[in-house]
Amino acid sequence: MGIISRGFSGRSREQNPELPPGQFLTEDFPVLSAGPTPRIDTDEWEFTISTEDGTVHRWSWADLMALPVEEVATDIHCVTRWSKLSTSWRGVSLDTLFAGIDTKYGYTMAHSYGGYTTNVPLADLLGGKAWIAFEFDGQPLDPEHGGPARLLIPHLYFWKSAKWVRGIQMHKGDDPGFWEQNGYNIYGDPWLEQRYS
Amino acid sequence: MTALAPTSVWKVGVVASVHTETPTGRSIMIDVPGWGGNVAGQHLDLRLTAPDGYQAVRSYSIASASSGDRVELAVDRLPDGEVSPYLVDELQPGDEIELRGPLGGWFVWRPEQTEPVQLIGGGSGIVPLMAMVRAHAASGSTARFRLLYSVRTPEDVFFKDELMAFASSEIEITWVYTRATPAGWATPAGRVSRDILTSSTIPANENPAVFVCGPTGFVETVADLLVELGHPAASVKTERFGGK
Amino acid sequence: MNHVDGNVLAGPLSELFSVDMTLATGRCVGCGDESVLARAMVYESGTDLVVRCSHCDDVMMTLVHTPGDLRIELRGIGMLKVPL
Repeated sequence: MGIISRGFSGRSREQNPELPPGQFLTEDFPVLSAGPTPRIDTDEWEFTISTEDGTVHRWSWADLMALPVEEVATDIHCVTRWSKLSTSWRGVSLDTLFAGIDTKYGYTMAHSYGGYTTNVPLADLLGGKAWIAFEFDGQPLDPEHGGPARLLIPHLYFWKSAKWVRGIQMHKGDDPGFWEQNGYNIYGDPWLEQRYS
Repeated sequence: MTALAPTSVWKVGVVASVHTETPTGRSIMIDVPGWGGNVAGQHLDLRLTAPDGYQAVRSYSIASASSGDRVELAVDRLPDGEVSPYLVDELQPGDEIELRGPLGGWFVWRPEQTEPVQLIGGGSGIVPLMAMVRAHAASGSTARFRLLYSVRTPEDVFFKDELMAFASSEIEITWVYTRATPAGWATPAGRVSRDILTSSTIPANENPAVFVCGPTGFVETVADLLVELGHPAASVKTERFGGK
Repeated sequence: MNHVDGNVLAGPLSELFSVDMTLATGRCVGCGDESVLARAMVYESGTDLVVRCSHCDDVMMTLVHTPGDLRIELRGIGMLKVPL
């Protein structure tokens, strides 16, 4: 550990017993990126779910907007130790999107515009735990925060909430996505502090 | 060119003095026992540790290019910054600060280089370029040096007095003001453009080494224009740090 | 614009390599471009770094800092040439 820097406190942060271990509370919404921000027009936007038999289910932006939308108020936890409480989103539940999907596979890989990937067990996408979110804090989701739409899976570390999501591929096994291949935990439960592999 | 051997060990420096340069910026002199000097253009990493153990590490270009144990930094306070506000508003003479370096052997100028040099800086991007100007002056190099320095207003110039003194002896300086110009300035405020680069920088056919430093958007725009103007991409070196 | 350039790698990579890796040339596995790492595009995700090819944007290297170790993934670099 380094010498203490007199008078330095960094971004305002509190430790809060309600937070997962090792997390600090922030009022900001830090932007962290692994690559350039894709600029995707809703005219060209498409979301797909691909199953093991080769079937591809597609939704255009208009299709997405026609589905039931939920208001989501939730806490989010970033592996870099920032937590934000009571963030508000609007999005379509993955339960709605998976309603017509026939699959025997239990794992998924989320793919994003720009090439980012992250793996999530199917069980963690269903049961009211995940959404395709397109509004944050009452505004259309900003590109730097993943707009036009991102995956939102608040019960896992936020790198699993893939920005600029474009599709979900069913996988037979729990194959690692981008950060998981680069040293992050395969699952990412903030309450068990599963940051790294 | 051989790779310099960087120092990966964190050293403790003591702030010797601080000086206000602009409404949002400050230069900082730090004494670092065992530093041993640095080449013009190199940077260092600063590490700050809060009482609860939280750490922040940022890279800063070094404004000095001497062989001694004193290092000069210059920092601009960024609005949503975490480290820059501390360095500009809080840090005081006598404070200890951890740093690592000198680092980086690519964005550097050495007096042995004889080709003409074009420096282009935006805002606090002047810092490593200042080290190069100072090294040029200290070495007695006769290589042609030109500087184009882009700032928002005349108040945002770092090292103003020193640059004005160098302007009469060492180096040709073109000032670009993007928001407000000095009284009586012939050119209206505006960003660095292709025309300005054409009229005020060493042309490609003189094969200058070009160093561009500043915010990412500025650096990319200028670097693209330079290549359009015929500079080989390999001759244009860029430096952009977050600095927040 | 949310990236910086490969100059910032000098410090972090000095924890592993004893030579200045920003002067190393890396061949991008994606497009074959060979440039000094100082020219690469670096995206900062907290203390973790994603280093991308300045020509094709493919990931060349990632650095992940955990409390106990530094993890470097180099699969996007075909060959590192280090001047000595």
